[in-house]
Amino acid sequence: MAAITLIEAVNAAMAYELEHDQDVVLFGEDVGKNGGVFRATDGLQKKYGKERVIDTPLAESMIAGLAVGMAAQGMKPIAEMQFMGFIFPAVDQIFCHAARLRHRTRGRITQPMVIRAPYGGGIHAPEHHSESTEALFSHIPGLKVVIPSNPSRAYGLMLAAIRDPDPVIFLEPKRVYRIVKHEVEDNGEEYPLEACFVDREGSDITLISWGAMMHETLQAAEKLAAEGIEAEVIDVATVSPIDMDTILESVEKTGRACIIQEAPKSGSVGSEIAAEIAEKGVLNLLAPIGRVSGYDTVMPYYRLEKQYMPTVDRILDEVRTIMEYK
Amino acid sequence: MTTTTVASFEIEYHQYLDANGKPAKDIPEFAKDMNTMRELYRDMYKLRVFDAKAYALQRTGKMGTYPASLGQEAIGIGYGDAMTKEDVLIPYYRSTGGLLKHGVTMEEILLYWGGDEAGSNYSVAKEDFPICVPIANQIIHASGVAKAIQMRKQKRAVVTEIGEGGTSEGDFYEGINVAGIWNLGVVFFINNNQWAISVPTDIQTACETYAQKAIAAGVEGIQVDGNDIVAVREVANYALEKARNGGGPTVIEAITYRLCDHTTADDASRYDDPKVKEEAWKNEPLVRLRKYLEKNKAWSDKDEEAMKEEVAKEVDAAVKAYEAAPKPTPELMFDHLYAELPELTKPQREAAIKRGAK
Repeated sequence: MAAITLIEAVNAAMAYELEHDQDVVLFGEDVGKNGGVFRATDGLQKKYGKERVIDTPLAESMIAGLAVGMAAQGMKPIAEMQFMGFIFPAVDQIFCHAARLRHRTRGRITQPMVIRAPYGGGIHAPEHHSESTEALFSHIPGLKVVIPSNPSRAYGLMLAAIRDPDPVIFLEPKRVYRIVKHEVEDNGEEYPLEACFVDREGSDITLISWGAMMHETLQAAEKLAAEGIEAEVIDVATVSPIDMDTILESVEKTGRACIIQEAPKSGSVGSEIAAEIAEKGVLNLLAPIGRVSGYDTVMPYYRLEKQYMPTVDRILDEVRTIMEYK
Repeated sequence: MTTTTVASFEIEYHQYLDANGKPAKDIPEFAKDMNTMRELYRDMYKLRVFDAKAYALQRTGKMGTYPASLGQEAIGIGYGDAMTKEDVLIPYYRSTGGLLKHGVTMEEILLYWGGDEAGSNYSVAKEDFPICVPIANQIIHASGVAKAIQMRKQKRAVVTEIGEGGTSEGDFYEGINVAGIWNLGVVFFINNNQWAISVPTDIQTACETYAQKAIAAGVEGIQVDGNDIVAVREVANYALEKARNGGGPTVIEAITYRLCDHTTADDASRYDDPKVKEEAWKNEPLVRLRKYLEKNKAWSDKDEEAMKEEVAKEVDAAVKAYEAAPKPTPELMFDHLYAELPELTKPQREAAIKRGAK
């Protein structure tokens, strides 16, 4: 067992599947010799060859469309989008074909594939490199959207994503690619998709987050504990389809809910979770549902990104407001 | 300054039967076999009758929007005839001829345009894609399928088809570009029927030919008389053999004329010039093949009558089967969305079934 970072866990999971399943093939821009611009595919071409770890021409729609064609033949493509900000040319292929082929052929043609993309802000990146647009993909039936928050989850969820018989958008929170290490055993054990993870138990409020924001959320929970507020912290992990049972169960226990996300507030994954809680759990609520989000504005260039992204203090302020309702 | 030519290109145009059915001296062997040619004539005729029937079904409210292939029958029937069962077809909405030749049934095609996904659950051509509705996406699918075939070292070819308007899309170039780089076994057919709905070909490109778009991808580009089934089939056969044997991709521009509306939802009289259309009718593919057959004493009025009767029966039987097909039930909206329906969606499925039962 070795202590590894989130990006090393992504690499290890892909290597495991390349090793054990000949149908797995990995491709994208710079994924070969260079090992990806973040090094997510480091060493994989050397180990598994140019036939299975493939540098493609620079065209995102083509990368996704190739995955559609290869998956239709029963291969299991892992396609990399270099940054989520460049995924938009591929959206046509993902929405119109990857998400729909099983449905429109009554199950005759399936689309086992993973589309990976680093996403989110906080690394002082150029424009178009920092957005959190997971809600766009969460809105599309036929897709699954998975966001790991830490190394062990990245390993287990990536394995599950590759093995899943349907298309999975796997968004990697690049800000936390290397901030923590976990002891992860490279044993091929997957984590379930469509399942939330309870990362901290508590009885006073349920904090719901995913991806990089889990780190601020857990820090906030520790600070709240010092104030005598015990927060339950849930990592949503699969933001579509969402495991609402776990969330509703927790809210039933705590009576309070606060959703923390980096994405803009309106029309977001957080909006959906809040709506589900309101629909199915409103009678258990002691206070209005809170949301700590990115603002409803363009993700600013990096001098302002820290002002844009939710902080531990913003979470604490929101929770304290919620706690005022008795 | 020193100037040298670093690249240049030529595009060949292929025709074996002229508009009067007069064969070129080097007409291929298969075209000398009158049984083969009679079959191809019958296939094109059947497509024409099928299209007319589909139009009638739409006009009488028994089917949804339908795009016909009138005047363009030689393309799909031609490449379809050159395909084997093992080859894969990635069709677009005007690939009816190719689909029929590759084993997709008339009933399935009617079901599809009749609004039922069951029509894309092909009973025979199980690896063929359903028709691609968004323009040009299929070009990349063809390259993806061919990549899988190449990785598995199989000797199979992939055929896809697109309108000339579709070649303006980025996906067209992205798809042929990667096919060129990876030497993929794809045959890209361009149905140049002169119209992208109402937009004529001179608004679509400044190129002299669509075939030459292949040159920018390092791919062989060939132009063919799309109304000459001998030329279409011969060029398709060449490109398919090349594709199956590691020779890489080919772009084939088949020149024809859309003698019908874009779809049943269109009215081409708003933009088409009747004089041009009248001229185009002189070039259509069936009449020249019939002339060729007659010159070879391989076709008579009696044959024509017998064929008409047979084909009418065949098409009518398909229409009856289409009309008798069971109506889709609400759970079908959910049952093929994922391998397993998410927990969150299950109550919606139950609700839809309950509503549907009322």
